[in-house]
Amino acid sequence: MKEAPVLGSATDTIEARLMEPVAGVGFWKDAWRRFLKSRIAVTGGVILIAVIFVTLLAPWLTPYANDQQDLAHQLQAPSWQHPFGTDMTGRDLFTRTLYGGRLSLAVGLVATLVSLVIGVTWGAVAGYKGGTADNVMMRFVDLLYSLPFMFFVILLVAYFGRHLVLLFLALGAVQWLTMSRIVRGQMLQLRGQEFVTAITALGASHRRIILRHLLPNLLGPIIVYATLTVPAVMLEEAFLSFLGLGVQPPNSSWGLLAAEGASSITAIHTAWWLILFPGLALGATLFALNFLGDGLRDALDPRLKNR
Amino acid sequence: MLLSNHVPDASCGGMKRSALWLLLTLSISACSRDSRPPDFAFLLGAEPETIDPTLSAGQPEGRVARTLFEGLTANDPVDLHPIPGIAKSWDITPDGLVYTFHLRPSVWSDGHPVTASDFAYAWERLLNPKMAARYANMLYPVANAEAYNKGTLTDPSLLGFRAANDTTFVVTLKSPCAYFLDLCAFYTLLPVPRTTIETYGDEWIKPEHIVTNGPFLLGEWILNRHIRFLKNPRYWDAEHVYLNVADAYTSENINANFNLYMTGVLDWLDSGGVPLFVVPDLLRRSDFHVAPYFNTYFYRFNVTRPPFNDARVRKAFFLAMDASAITQYVLRAGQQPAHSLIPPGIPGYTEVQLPKRNIEEARTLLAEAGYPNGQGFPKVEVLFNTSEAHKQIAEVLQSQWKEALGVKVDLVNQEWKVFLNSTQTLDYWMARGGWIGDYLDPNTFLDMWTSQNGNNRTGFADPAYDALIERAGRTLDPAERMQLLHQAESWILDKEMVILPIYYYVVMNLYDPEDFSGLTPNLQNQIILKGVKPLRGHRGKPRDVHAPVMAGE
Amino acid sequence: MGAFLLRRLLATIPLLFAILALSFLFMRSAPGGPFDAERSVPPQVERSLRAKYHLDEPLTAQFARYMGGLLHGDLGPSFKYQSRTVNEIIAQAFPVSLTLGALGLAISLVIGIPAGVFGAVYRNRPADYGIMSLSLLGISIPNFVIGPLLIIVFCFTLGWLPAGGWGSLSQMILPAITLGALRAAYIARLMRAGMLEVIHQDFIRTARAKGLPEPAVIGKHALRVGILPVVTYLAPATASILVGSVVVERIFDIPGLGTFFVNSALNRDYTMAMGTVLLYSTILITLNLLVDVVYAALDPRVELK
Repeated sequence: MKEAPVLGSATDTIEARLMEPVAGVGFWKDAWRRFLKSRIAVTGGVILIAVIFVTLLAPWLTPYANDQQDLAHQLQAPSWQHPFGTDMTGRDLFTRTLYGGRLSLAVGLVATLVSLVIGVTWGAVAGYKGGTADNVMMRFVDLLYSLPFMFFVILLVAYFGRHLVLLFLALGAVQWLTMSRIVRGQMLQLRGQEFVTAITALGASHRRIILRHLLPNLLGPIIVYATLTVPAVMLEEAFLSFLGLGVQPPNSSWGLLAAEGASSITAIHTAWWLILFPGLALGATLFALNFLGDGLRDALDPRLKNR
Repeated sequence: MLLSNHVPDASCGGMKRSALWLLLTLSISACSRDSRPPDFAFLLGAEPETIDPTLSAGQPEGRVARTLFEGLTANDPVDLHPIPGIAKSWDITPDGLVYTFHLRPSVWSDGHPVTASDFAYAWERLLNPKMAARYANMLYPVANAEAYNKGTLTDPSLLGFRAANDTTFVVTLKSPCAYFLDLCAFYTLLPVPRTTIETYGDEWIKPEHIVTNGPFLLGEWILNRHIRFLKNPRYWDAEHVYLNVADAYTSENINANFNLYMTGVLDWLDSGGVPLFVVPDLLRRSDFHVAPYFNTYFYRFNVTRPPFNDARVRKAFFLAMDASAITQYVLRAGQQPAHSLIPPGIPGYTEVQLPKRNIEEARTLLAEAGYPNGQGFPKVEVLFNTSEAHKQIAEVLQSQWKEALGVKVDLVNQEWKVFLNSTQTLDYWMARGGWIGDYLDPNTFLDMWTSQNGNNRTGFADPAYDALIERAGRTLDPAERMQLLHQAESWILDKEMVILPIYYYVVMNLYDPEDFSGLTPNLQNQIILKGVKPLRGHRGKPRDVHAPVMAGE
Repeated sequence: MGAFLLRRLLATIPLLFAILALSFLFMRSAPGGPFDAERSVPPQVERSLRAKYHLDEPLTAQFARYMGGLLHGDLGPSFKYQSRTVNEIIAQAFPVSLTLGALGLAISLVIGIPAGVFGAVYRNRPADYGIMSLSLLGISIPNFVIGPLLIIVFCFTLGWLPAGGWGSLSQMILPAITLGALRAAYIARLMRAGMLEVIHQDFIRTARAKGLPEPAVIGKHALRVGILPVVTYLAPATASILVGSVVVERIFDIPGLGTFFVNSALNRDYTMAMGTVLLYSTILITLNLLVDVVYAALDPRVELK
C-alpha cells in the first residue's frame, strides 16, 4: 500500500476519502497528542513560557532599576542583595539579565517571524512554479545572499544606529534567504512525488495544492529551521554587541551582557558571575527553543501519524 | 574539494585531507619567511596606515617612523627633551629666528651619505599640497611654510629652509618658536631617501625597496600580524643598538594582546593590551608601571546648539560632575581628575585650576539659565565612539547629572567614522574627545581652539582668542609667553568652558624590568627602541599568573 | 548537464555585476568617508587626497573606473592602507582564513554528520537526547565566550596550547574548534532532520526488505538523500567561514581576512570592501552551483533545470 500524507480535515469529497488512512483522527489533534507525549519537548515549551513570563514580570521581581549604578559596590560576587552579583558600575546583574531577556527574546521572535513570512512564501512559490520563475526568484536570492551579512548590517547600523526596530528588521531580513532556499529545495523534492501528480490529475488548483497538500509536508523542515533561526538571530545580536554595534546602553540584552562578561575572562582574574548568569539564561532559552522545535517537528510530521 | 565535479559520497574525507595539507603549506608560506625568534617583541597599537614618515598621522605610524628614520634631533628616552640626532650641534640667532644645524657624518642603509638636501627634500615633500600630508602643520613655524602648504605660494625656493652645503642645514622661522627643536624630532619631519622614492614611487616603503637612516631596517611587514625590525649596521650610533631583531605586533584586541603578554610572546605592552577590568590586579604586580601621560580626556560642547550655547549651562555641567568617581571606580590606575586642559608638569607653565565640584552652585547656574531643577531641559545626547571605557565613563556622568541637576542625558554610541563626521559637521550636543600633546608645550593644546583650526569642532570662534594665540606665538620672552598662554587656557575654561575636562590619562606599561633595560614609561608613550638592552639570555617564558607582589613601590 | 552548467555560468556574470553595483551604492551612501580622521586636514589638503583617489569624480565614473580595473584583475588600491593594493592584502590574508576555515569546517563535519545520523537512528532514546544536548551547547554559547574559555583552560590552566597567533599547527587548534563548534551543532541537527525525513520512505523499506544490513541501509541509501539539507546549508556556511571570522581572529590574534573585511566597512575603505565582497560572492556562487549539482546527483527525483 502506498503511503500518503494526511492533510487538513476531511471536509472535501473524493480526494479526502482517497487520501485518508483508516483511523479517522484529525491531523492537528493527533499532532497535539504526539507533542504531549514527548517529555523533552514539553519541558522545552514550559521553560520557554517560564522565561518569557519571568522577563515580562521584571519590574516586580527586582527592586533595582535597569540602569541603577552603585559605584561603591562594583564587581561584587553574588550575595543576598545581589543574587547574580554586580557589574563594573555596580548595577545589579539579576535586573539586567531580566530586562535584557525581554530585548533578546523580542529580537529573536520578531526577526524570525519576519524571515518566516518572507522566506516561506518566496521559497514555496519558486519551488512550486519551477522553470523561469524559479530561476529568476532564486537568482534574486543569490544576489542578496552574496552581500555578506555583517557588511550589510554594519553599514545599516552606521546609517540608522540608534533605532532598535531596524536591528530587528535587518537581522530578520538576512535570515529569510536561507529559509527560502530550504523551502524551495524541499518543495522541489515534494513536487516530484506521485501524490502531487495524482492530485493535479484530479483537478486541484495550484493554491489548494500548495496550501493544503504541500505546505503541511513542509512544516517539519520549516519549523525545524525556524527554531534554528531564533537562536541564530540571538547569537547574531550578540555578535553585533561584541563589535559594539548592537544594543546600546543603558539598555541591556543577553548578547550585550555576554559580550561584557566575555571581556572579563582573563588569565589573572575572572568575574565568573558576569559570564555565567547571562550565559545560562541565553543557553537555557536556546536549549528550550530547540527541544520545543524538535517536539513540534515530530508532532507535525504527517508520516508519523498514528505511530 | 570545491572545484571538482566529483560527487561527494559519505567518505570524501580523503580528498579533504590532501586539500588541507596543500592549504596548510600555502598559508604558512604566505606568512613569515623569517622564522628567527625576536630579541624583543612589543605592541604597536594598531596596523599602521603607512610607514612613510611624511604621510604618518597617528601614534602607531609615528612609532614605526621613528624606529626606521632619524631626524635632526631625537627625543631623550627618559624625559623626551630634544637631543642631537643627525644634527650633532646647532646655532640659534639671538632673535630666535634662524637655526643652523651642523650634520654629523652618517649614511643611509644603502651606503649613500645623509646630506642636508635630504632634509630639504623631505620638508618640501611634507609641505607640498599634492602629498596631502595630514601633519604638515608641524612645519608652519617655518617662514612661508603655511602659505606653501595651503597653495597660496607656489615657489618652493621661497620656503624658509635650505641646504647651505652637504652638512649644513639652515632654517628661518617666521617668528620665534620655543619648541622648534622638539618639532625637529617629530615623525613627519624625518628625512626620506630621495632616489628610492623617485625610483619606486609609492612602493618605496616595501621591505624590498625601503632605505632608512635610523637604528633599524625594515625586515618584513605582514599585515595584521607583525612588523619586523632588524638592526641597521650602518646607523651612526649602531654600537648603542642592542637588539638584532625586534617585532612590533599590530593586533587591536585588548584581551588577546594581554594573553600574548601573559604567555611570554610579548615583552612590552601599553594600554592597548590592558583590559580595564584587571587594572586593580595589575596594580599589585611589579611588572605594571604607571606614569603621567601628556594626554587629556574631555568632552566637547557644541556651543552653537541650545542649551549648550549658554555658558552657564556648560559650567553647571562641570560643577555637577565628579570625575573622581570615574578615576577611582572605572579607570582605577591612578588617573587624576582634570582641573585644567593642559596636563600638569610642563616646566615654566602653571595650568588653570578649575574649581572643585559644587552642586549648589551648579543648580543655581542652571536655574539662572532657565532650567530650575532641570525642568524644561531639552533632550541632549552625549556622543562617543565604540569603546568599553567611553561607554562606562558616559554612564557614570549620565547618572551624576541626573542626580545633581535633574537632567536626563541620552547616550549614543556611534561607529568611529560616523562619530568623526558628526563632530566635524557640528551635529552633536556633547561629544567625547581627547588630545595628546604633540610637543611638550602648552601651545599644542591651545591653538586648536582658534576659529580656522580643523581640530576645533566646537563652533567656538572668537577673533580675539585667535589674536591672543597669534601674539603668544610672536612673543620672545618665555615668561611673558607662558602668561599669555595661561590667559588662553583660562579663556577656554574659566570664561567659556568650551570643553569639559574629565581626567588626565596615565601611561600604563607592562614589562618586566629584569628582562630589559633602557625601557621606561615617558610622557608621550613613545617607544624608543635604540637603547633597549636584553638583560637575560632568554625570553618568551609565560608569566606568573599569580601576582608577583611589589616590594614597597 | 553541460547545458545547465553553461547557462548558470552565463547567468553568473550579470549577477556579479549586480552584486558589485549594489555594494558600491550601498557603501557610498553611508555617512563618513575614508579620510575622515581625528586630526583634520586643511581643505586644500583634503581636496588633494580626494583627487588622488578619484573621489571627486561622479559616482558612475568611479564605478566604471573600478570595473575597468577589475577586467585586468586589479582590485584597486586600499584607501586605508596606503601603498597597499587590495590584491596584495587579499593574497596575504585569504590563505590564512582559507586554512583555518577548512580546518574548522572539517571538524564540524566530522562531528556533526555522525552525530546527526546517530540521533536519527536512535531517535528519542537516551543517545539521541545526549547527542542533541551536546550539539545544543554549540548553538547556545556565542563563540566569543567559547574562545576565551578554551584559552583559559588549554593555555593558562593546562599549558598545552598557545594563546593565539599564527604560523604553527598548535596555534590553529583552538580557533578551529571555536569556529567549528557552532556549525557542528547546526550540521548535526540538519542531518538528523534530513535523515528522519528519509528513514520512513519507501526506498529505504525496499532496501531493508531486500535483506541489506542496517549499516548499509543507513550509510549508503539513507545518507545519500538525508544529507541534502546539510548540503544546502554548507554553501553559505563554507563561504562565510572561508572569508574569515572576525570574532575568532580578534580573540586569537590571527591575521585573517575577516578582520580586514569588517574594518573595511568601518573605515569606509571602499575598494577593500568591494574586493572582499567580490571574493565572497564568487565563492558562494560556485558553491551554490555545486549544491544544485550534488542535489541532482544524490536525489534522482530532482531534475536540473
